[in-house]
Amino acid sequence: MDTTPKWADVILIPLINLILALLVSGLVVLYIGENPIEAIKILLNGAIGSTRGWGYTLYFATNFIFTGLAVSIAFHARLFNIGGEGQAAIGGLGVALVCLSIDWPHWAIALPFAVIGGAVFGAAWAAIPAYLQARRGSHIVITTIMFNFIASALLVYLLVNVMKVPGSMAPETGAFPKGTNLPNAYQVLGWFGIPFNKFAPLNVAFLLALICCVGVWALIWRTRLGYQLRAYGHSESAAVYAGISPFRITMIAMLISGGLAGLMGVNAVMGEAERLVIDSVQGAGFVGIAVALMGRSHPLGVLLAAILFGILTQGGIELEFEIPAVSREMILVIQALVILFTGALENMVRIPVERMFLRRKKRAS
Amino acid sequence: MDYLTLLQILDSTLRLATPLLLACLAGLFSERSGIFDIGLEGKMLIAAFFSAAIAATTGSVWIGLFAGISASVALALLHGLASITFRGDQLISGVAINFLAAGLTVLISEDWFQQGGRTPQLAGTARFNPINLPFADTLNSVPILGPFYKEVLSGHTILVYAALLAVPLTWYILFRTRFGLRLRAVGENPAAVDTAGVSVTRLRYSAVIICGILCGLAGAYLATGFAAGFVKEMSAGRGFIALAALIFAKWRPWQALGATLLFGLLDALGTRYQNIEIVGFNVPVQFMQALPYILTVVILAGFVGKAIPPRAGGQPYVKER
Repeated sequence: MDTTPKWADVILIPLINLILALLVSGLVVLYIGENPIEAIKILLNGAIGSTRGWGYTLYFATNFIFTGLAVSIAFHARLFNIGGEGQAAIGGLGVALVCLSIDWPHWAIALPFAVIGGAVFGAAWAAIPAYLQARRGSHIVITTIMFNFIASALLVYLLVNVMKVPGSMAPETGAFPKGTNLPNAYQVLGWFGIPFNKFAPLNVAFLLALICCVGVWALIWRTRLGYQLRAYGHSESAAVYAGISPFRITMIAMLISGGLAGLMGVNAVMGEAERLVIDSVQGAGFVGIAVALMGRSHPLGVLLAAILFGILTQGGIELEFEIPAVSREMILVIQALVILFTGALENMVRIPVERMFLRRKKRAS
Repeated sequence: MDYLTLLQILDSTLRLATPLLLACLAGLFSERSGIFDIGLEGKMLIAAFFSAAIAATTGSVWIGLFAGISASVALALLHGLASITFRGDQLISGVAINFLAAGLTVLISEDWFQQGGRTPQLAGTARFNPINLPFADTLNSVPILGPFYKEVLSGHTILVYAALLAVPLTWYILFRTRFGLRLRAVGENPAAVDTAGVSVTRLRYSAVIICGILCGLAGAYLATGFAAGFVKEMSAGRGFIALAALIFAKWRPWQALGATLLFGLLDALGTRYQNIEIVGFNVPVQFMQALPYILTVVILAGFVGKAIPPRAGGQPYVKER
C-alpha cells in the first residue's frame, strides 16, 4: 500500500480536499447571485490586506490553534474529543477566576497563573468523560457533546446568578483588574519599533499558542508518552500487549486535550474581552475539529489550518460588511465542507489518488 | 398547583416532546442499522427551514412538508454516501452535516427573504393548524378525564398525532417484519446478514433514508406546527436531546416515547417556571435545561442500568473478498 509518496498524503490530498470545499462554497456564492472571485478578493483583502486584518486573523487563529491542538492530540490516541467547546468555555471560567482573584500587579505575573487556571479547568471538564470512557465504556463522543451543553448551562447560571456585577443587567463579570490586561500586538511590536494597528485584538497569547505547537510536536514525536499515545491510537490490542495501560493513555490524552482547549480562555477571555461573557468560545471548539482534520493532526498542519480558518473568519466578517447577501454563516458552510471532504469523504479523494500512484509505479517497473 | 395548570403543563409537554420523539425514532432506525447519526440536529434544522420557506412561498403547508422532508433526506443521503459508500467516519460526517445545515439555512433564507435569517410568518393553510378531536367539548363535563381529553389530547396539529402513531409503527416494523429483523441484524452483525445473501448497503441506505424522513417531519413540525415560521438556529440542540433520549431509551421505541415525554416535561417546566422549589431547595432553570444531558451521562456511565449500543454501530462494513 506504500506506493503513495508522503508528499501526496501530507500536501496533495488535503489540498484537493480544500479546493473541493472552496469550489462547492463558490457554487453556493454563485447561487446567491454574487461573484465568487469578487467575494474571495474582498475576503482576502479584509483578512490579510492590512495590519488590522492580520491582527484579527491571527487573533482568531490563536483560538483555533488551541482547540485544533486539543482535537489533534486526542485523535492521536484515536479519541474523538468533540467537547472542545465546553472545555474552552470552562477554561475561560478558570482564567476569569484567576484574573478576578487578586489585584494583579503586572500581566507577566498574572499570565502563568491564568495559564494554569485555564488548563486545569479545561482538563477537569475533560476528565469526567475521559474517566467514563476508560472505566465505564461510555462513548466519549456522546459524553463530550453532553458536557458541552452542561458547560453552557453552568456558565449561564454562574454569570446570571453568581458572578455578574450586582445591579448590572448584563450577564457578564466586571472588567478584570488592569494588571491582567495582556499587551496586544500594537504594544509588543511597538517595543521593536514596528507599526501595527492599535485596536486589533491579537495579543501575546499568540506566542503561547506557538509554544504549545512546539510542545505538542515534541510530546507526540519525541517522548515515550507520545509514542505510547500513538501506539494506542494505531492498535489498542497491540498497545495493551506492549504493556501500555488504556486507562492511563485515555486519561492523559484527554486531560492534555481539555487543558489545551481551556487555554483558549487566555486569548479570548483574558486577552480580548478582559471580562467573562456568555459564550466566550463562539464555536471555536468546533472549528478545532476542522483544523485538526485539515492539519492531519500535526502541529505544523494545525498552525497553517488555524491561520486559514482565521483568514476565513475575519474575511467572512468583512465580506458580510461589503456584500450583505453573503452573511458570515458562509464560514460555517466552508467549515462544514472542509470537515466533510477531509474527514468523512476522505476516501473519495484518497482512493483515486492511491490508485493513480499505484498505476504509475506498475508502469515504471 | 391546580388541575388546570397541570393540564396546561402536560399539554405543552406533548408539544415539546413531539420533535424530540420524531428525531429520536429517526436516530433509532439509523443506529439500529449500525449507522451512528449525530447529524439529527442538522437534518431537523434544514427541514424546518425548507418546510417554512416553501410553505410561505406556495401557501401550502403540505408542499412545504414535502420540501422539508426532501431536504432532510438529501442530507441523510450525504451521510449515507460518506459512511456507507466511502466508509468514512460517521461521527465526523454528522458533525459536518450539522454545520452545513446551520450555515445553509441562514445563507439561503437571507437570499430569499432578507429578514435576518427568518422566513415570513406563516398563517392559514401555510401552517399546520390544531385539530379538535371529536366530542372534545361534549366530554368536557366528565370530571377529570373530560378536561384531560380536551386540554391535553385534543387540539394538536396532525404531526403530533403522526409522531405518536410512529411509535407503535416503529415497534411493529422493527420487531414484527422481516425488514426489521434484518435491519436489527445488520446493526449487530453485518457479516452474518451479508452471508445470508442480503445486501448490507441497501439495508443501511434504507435505514438512513427513513431517518431522513422522520427528521424531516420533526423539523417541519418545529417550523410549521409548533412555531409559525423559521428562525435561525431554531432546532436549538433538540437533535442532541433526541440523541440523549435514544440512549436513555436504550434504542427501543416505546422507551423512546417515555424518554422524550420526560425530556419534554422538563422543558415545559423550565419554560413555565424560572425557579422551582423542591423540598426547600431552589432549583435554577439552567439546571432543568441541563438535566436531560446529565441524565444521559449517568445512564451512559452505567450506574442506572447499562445502555449498550448496537454492536456494529459506527463501523463501516467492508465486504470480504
